[in-house]
Amino acid sequence: MSILVDKTTRVLVQGLTGREGSFHAQQMIDYGTKIVAGVTPGKGGTNHLGVPIFDTVAKAVQETGANAAMAFVPPPFAADAILEAVDAGLPLVICIAEGIPVLDMVRVAATLKNSKTRLIGPNCPGIISPGKCKLGIMPGFIHKQGHVGVVSRSGTLTYEAVGQLTGLGIGQSTCIGIGGDPIIGTSFLDAIRMFNDDPETHAIVLIGEIGGNAEETAAEFIKKHVKKPVAGFIAGQTAPPGRRMGHAGAIISGGQGTAKEKYAALRAAGIHTVESPAEIGQTIARILGKPKSKPKAAAKESTARRSKKR
Amino acid sequence: MKIHEYQAKAILAKFGVPVPRGEVVFKKDEARAAAQRLGTSVVVVKAQVHAGGRGKAGGVKIAKSADEAAALAERMLGMKLVTPQTGAEGRIVRRLLIEEGLDIKRELYLSVLVDRAVAAPVFMASAAGGMEIEEVAKDRPEAILRETIRPAEGFQAYHVRKLAFGLGLSSELVGVAVPFLQSLYRAFLETDASLLEINPCVVTGDGRLVALDAKVNFDDSALYRHPELRELRDLDEETPLEVEASKYKLNYIKLDGTIACMVNGAGLAMATMDIIKLSGGSPANFLDVGGDASEERVKNAFRILLSDPNVKAVFINVFGGILRCDMLASGIVGAAKELKFKTPVVVRMEGTNVKQGQEILQNSGLNFTVADGMKDGAEKAVALAGAAR
Repeated sequence: MSILVDKTTRVLVQGLTGREGSFHAQQMIDYGTKIVAGVTPGKGGTNHLGVPIFDTVAKAVQETGANAAMAFVPPPFAADAILEAVDAGLPLVICIAEGIPVLDMVRVAATLKNSKTRLIGPNCPGIISPGKCKLGIMPGFIHKQGHVGVVSRSGTLTYEAVGQLTGLGIGQSTCIGIGGDPIIGTSFLDAIRMFNDDPETHAIVLIGEIGGNAEETAAEFIKKHVKKPVAGFIAGQTAPPGRRMGHAGAIISGGQGTAKEKYAALRAAGIHTVESPAEIGQTIARILGKPKSKPKAAAKESTARRSKKR
Repeated sequence: MKIHEYQAKAILAKFGVPVPRGEVVFKKDEARAAAQRLGTSVVVVKAQVHAGGRGKAGGVKIAKSADEAAALAERMLGMKLVTPQTGAEGRIVRRLLIEEGLDIKRELYLSVLVDRAVAAPVFMASAAGGMEIEEVAKDRPEAILRETIRPAEGFQAYHVRKLAFGLGLSSELVGVAVPFLQSLYRAFLETDASLLEINPCVVTGDGRLVALDAKVNFDDSALYRHPELRELRDLDEETPLEVEASKYKLNYIKLDGTIACMVNGAGLAMATMDIIKLSGGSPANFLDVGGDASEERVKNAFRILLSDPNVKAVFINVFGGILRCDMLASGIVGAAKELKFKTPVVVRMEGTNVKQGQEILQNSGLNFTVADGMKDGAEKAVALAGAAR
């Protein structure tokens, strides 16, 4: 098992005919993701990458039975795209866009509260259940099917952690990038709750950042309810206060949201804290009691698999 | 994006928020003329820089005549203002706001921002106006009143009454506060502000509420729909290298260490800074080249990193996803050939097309140090920066 996405996920891509949409949809198809529909207003009735295109999300859902949407839409139109997917009753929407106005997301969040839809993102790499379904822009080949759940606010830092795990021969159940914005659809807490309930997930990696207090809230929950081992890393130990570190959400303001505070909260919850971003994989290996030998051989193996696929 | 106090007040005035009468000036004589036009017995001369804490640093002065205002202006224009928010390097004062003096009875604190925990705007108010609100929040959190605003409902009069009576305002003043606070909220929404702060908002002797100070920051992501606000950007208030970087959509923040870093992705960029520190070095910057970096952008990134005189080594840490390692390598080689620098460069690449990328570096005939993993890369960069000192 895994969480949120697997072999049964039927994906609708908003903006499939665009440059980014085409590129990433093809990558997802190559990975084995079932893309059943595309939505581009004005191009309904055509085909693209062998996928039927519809003018509206509602029509696409009705015709294809899609149960997840992936939005490749520029930031000014992203809130509209998410709301359209919510309106069509889709249970899952992933939004990659970076730079959606915060007040747009305030409206989206209010609508999401009264809906059945779960949003992942925005400003995130998406979600992948290795070997089953990739809904996002992450490089598929670095992943390996297994039992570690990964949740992170960042994109490439998640790849780094996954790369370390795979290099040590440790597979992942599902990896979710929840996004670097101040307002996001799925929080650390939501993801950890789902990993906790997933019997196939044996350990969890939490990769946080400075800013906000989502990591602290998750730590509180872990302390009370999670029996599975959790490893936690927080990026931004060296970030100065008051400066936004790339992500709109990564800012230490009013002395709140520092890495130090977050590490303290993680430790208090019994989470295995990782000080160095280079030791995320090793920490999980230690927790799971696997020898941390031959990382090189394992890395080669994953490269070999990739070339076979191509 | 940040703007100056006088610009913020002009915007608020458009939304019907009472602000003191005043004029921005750039020269001593303009200050005298402005003070004469205001015609009040007392005028206030306020340094305009994008940083708080100006009063204590000597950036806000009272003048009892137009001549005194001119004399103060002469002293303040061109001076370096150092406040807790500017850092040790301070800011040069280039603009002054000359404002009428008011008869102040009480000082309040008001602000609007989006509370990320509840994904909604929150209006905050405190009777402890004029003070460092962060100190108040730490020592007496109960002294700050908060009203969370449901987006569908908006900011209603009852919200204002709860805040205003909570601050202990008289019934007459509560009546004044309703349109005042609602105008502030409208300004917040309609300009896509990320922060709107009035500290202090004053109660005058004749029973008015006036925004004596104003700080408005805008959501950068929403500026595309406010071209008129974009015009208010003051490049003098930003670090030159950061201005240069923003031209190429590079996310660059200058720090004071010796190891420059170039990374794709904000999270990995922060983690790279962290591992440099853990390896005994100090990062010279934060730089996210983005997932869609072109060779051209990599080249410009290099140029900007190297123009920081403190830099002794460069650490490139890239985990290729959408960004392909071969493209990155070509960009690095191109930059190295064009810029002809001697600064040692450590490259760590992983992910998409990593082999092709490494071949490009190896066949370039240039001297790059290739790292195996981010820890190895950070350690090599720290060693090279130490050796170069």
